[in-house]
Amino acid sequence: MSNVLILVDHVGGIVPRAVGELATFGKRVGSVTAVICSSKSADLISQLSTFAIDKVIVCEGVEFEKYSVSATAQALQTVIAKESPIAVLITSSARGKEIAGRLAVRCESGLITDAIDLDSSLVATQSVFGGSTTVHSSVSHGVPIITLRSNAVDVVQDSNTPVVENLAVTFDGVDKAVVTSVEPAVKGGRPELTEASIVVSGGRGTDGNFAPVEEFADLLGAAVGASRAATDAGWYPHANQVGQTGKTVSPQLYVACGISGAIQHRAGMQTSKTIVAINKDPDAPIFDVADFGVVGDLFAVLPQAIGALQA
Amino acid sequence: MKIAVCVKQVPDSWAEKKMGADGRLDRASVDCVLNDLDEYAVEEALKLVEANSPTSEAGEGSGHTITLICMGPEKATEAVRKALSMGADDAIVITDPALAGSDALATSSVLAKAIKDGDFDLVICGTESTDARMSVIPSMLAERLGFAQLTFAGSLMLEGSTISIARQTEFGVEQMSAPMPAVISVVEKINEPRYPSFKGIMAAKKKTITTKTLADLGITAQSSWSEVKDSQVRPPRGAGIKIVDEGEGGKKLVEFLEERKLV
Ligand SMILES: Cc1cc2nc3c(=O)[nH]c(=O)nc-3n(C[C@H](O)[C@H](O)[C@H](O)COP(=O)(O)OP(=O)(O)OC[C@H]3O[C@@H](n4cnc5c(N)ncnc54)[C@H](O)[C@@H]3O)c2cc1C
Ligand SMILES: Nc1ncnc2c1ncn2[C@@H]1O[C@H](COP(=O)(O)O)[C@@H](O)[C@H]1O
Repeated sequence: MSNVLILVDHVGGIVPRAVGELATFGKRVGSVTAVICSSKSADLISQLSTFAIDKVIVCEGVEFEKYSVSATAQALQTVIAKESPIAVLITSSARGKEIAGRLAVRCESGLITDAIDLDSSLVATQSVFGGSTTVHSSVSHGVPIITLRSNAVDVVQDSNTPVVENLAVTFDGVDKAVVTSVEPAVKGGRPELTEASIVVSGGRGTDGNFAPVEEFADLLGAAVGASRAATDAGWYPHANQVGQTGKTVSPQLYVACGISGAIQHRAGMQTSKTIVAINKDPDAPIFDVADFGVVGDLFAVLPQAIGALQA
Repeated sequence: MKIAVCVKQVPDSWAEKKMGADGRLDRASVDCVLNDLDEYAVEEALKLVEANSPTSEAGEGSGHTITLICMGPEKATEAVRKALSMGADDAIVITDPALAGSDALATSSVLAKAIKDGDFDLVICGTESTDARMSVIPSMLAERLGFAQLTFAGSLMLEGSTISIARQTEFGVEQMSAPMPAVISVVEKINEPRYPSFKGIMAAKKKTITTKTLADLGITAQSSWSEVKDSQVRPPRGAGIKIVDEGEGGKKLVEFLEERKLV
């Protein structure tokens, strides 16, 4: 049976849900082999137990922490040579895409990034131009390397215990750039922006006061996003920026509070299933894409909505 | 120090983009500009030179050069001209009919050859082009050139021949450093790109833009390794219900969410 490799992304020792999504896509195509590249693999293996994974290959090394992108690309190339998979699936994070890029060069393979769906014959669906166009594409050379956006599919649960193998890898051609320290993005107990099924975002209209946005988000179990105007002003971290130069989110529900809806912002949220907007200006472009819009002051509308939800 | 800045001409991000019949972005029907994010790359190169020049200015006498490298159609020189008027010294534009429809792998191999030929110490890119939005060219260049990869830089420091950056991604901030040569990509938080001055615009008219074909570079075109099978324009998202808050806006919002079973 054909074999699909998936890369186990991990942040601060946590395996994100997105890896379960890769396994779900992989199962459509063949058996799934998960590749762990880490210096602390034991902590990661157990977190894969509910995903549809047939085999785990563990590449262990401190190099993965020091030179994360190039070392991981090099290890994956070794695994590809050994396993001859029919495709490699990687999460569409900043790091995931860079690993995919280096791997594609190394293996002389075609690359597709930011897919939102994948069928059993490895045809990928992409949403391009800020969500205005849907494209189907496939790789025509080498081992297809495909990065998938998170939140694209419901994770299929599976309790089979995968076989675990260790594979020694060498790091001779590794990049000279060294990571000297890491400061993880603070999460504050809220779900990760790209994984959340609900996102509540605030813009310049909050005037720096994100309290009602956060309170509404917490009631809904949502992640908090921000427009560039809000992150530029220092009201919210850059890691929470939604849009062309921030993150692309595609949740079930997106609530834009005090955000005008500039094209660069819409490029990052336009594919959300349902969009709700609160804005004082009846002509704000955000209303052109909103399923439900309230023309009003967010400092009146949000507290009332919070009250109604708590009632 | 010899710095190369990779700049791309892209459709204006405010313009509606669509697919042509050939499964490629229809570039003819839209206004094209210098990729927004590449302005930050040009600005960072200028700042690096100014900080390390005896005259605190880029250009002749600084002891450093900034060369723009651009692959694209002939009219891409317009975008390059803008970056020259910001203060870059000269430019190489690689244009060839065989390059139309290149994917990232093909693009990176062409850019890498031009960079190799120019013997650069540093390559600075934007983090992504606003049309393709792949964010992979910088890492591919590092792989092809064997240069250190210092990407998603939110800040940058040069000490001797060591470059240090704060890499800003969704995971947080990583401090990284490497000796030159290196490929850097910058996020838009890193600086505020300058507007070209009148003097800069006039000076740019006299700067050299060297146009090269694939034959000039001594390489042949690599065909694209991924293909678009079909594309559909999504029906534009129709605006839905819009109400004016007259004291009940918050309640009505919650009613809508309940109706849609979103809460
Ligand atoms: C290269 C480049 C990249 C960019 N990338 C991004 C990106 O990734 N993400 C992004 O978001 N932007 C991005 N932008 C910026 C974008 O063009 C807009 O400037 C930005 O999105 C505006 O943010 P905003 O909607 O919060 O602010 P504004 O446009 O100022 O809108 C604020 C809105 O709040 C409303 N308002 C004010 N007070 C209240 C109140 N009390 N109650 C309700 N409504 C109120 C106003 O009516 C207004 O519509 C980018 C721009 C460039 C050039
Ligand atoms: N055709 C091109 N010519 C010159 N530079 C490019 C080209 N394509 C991409 N780049 C550079 O690579 C960066 C990332 O682009 P991308 O990987 O296409 O999102 C851009 O910001 C540019 O600096």
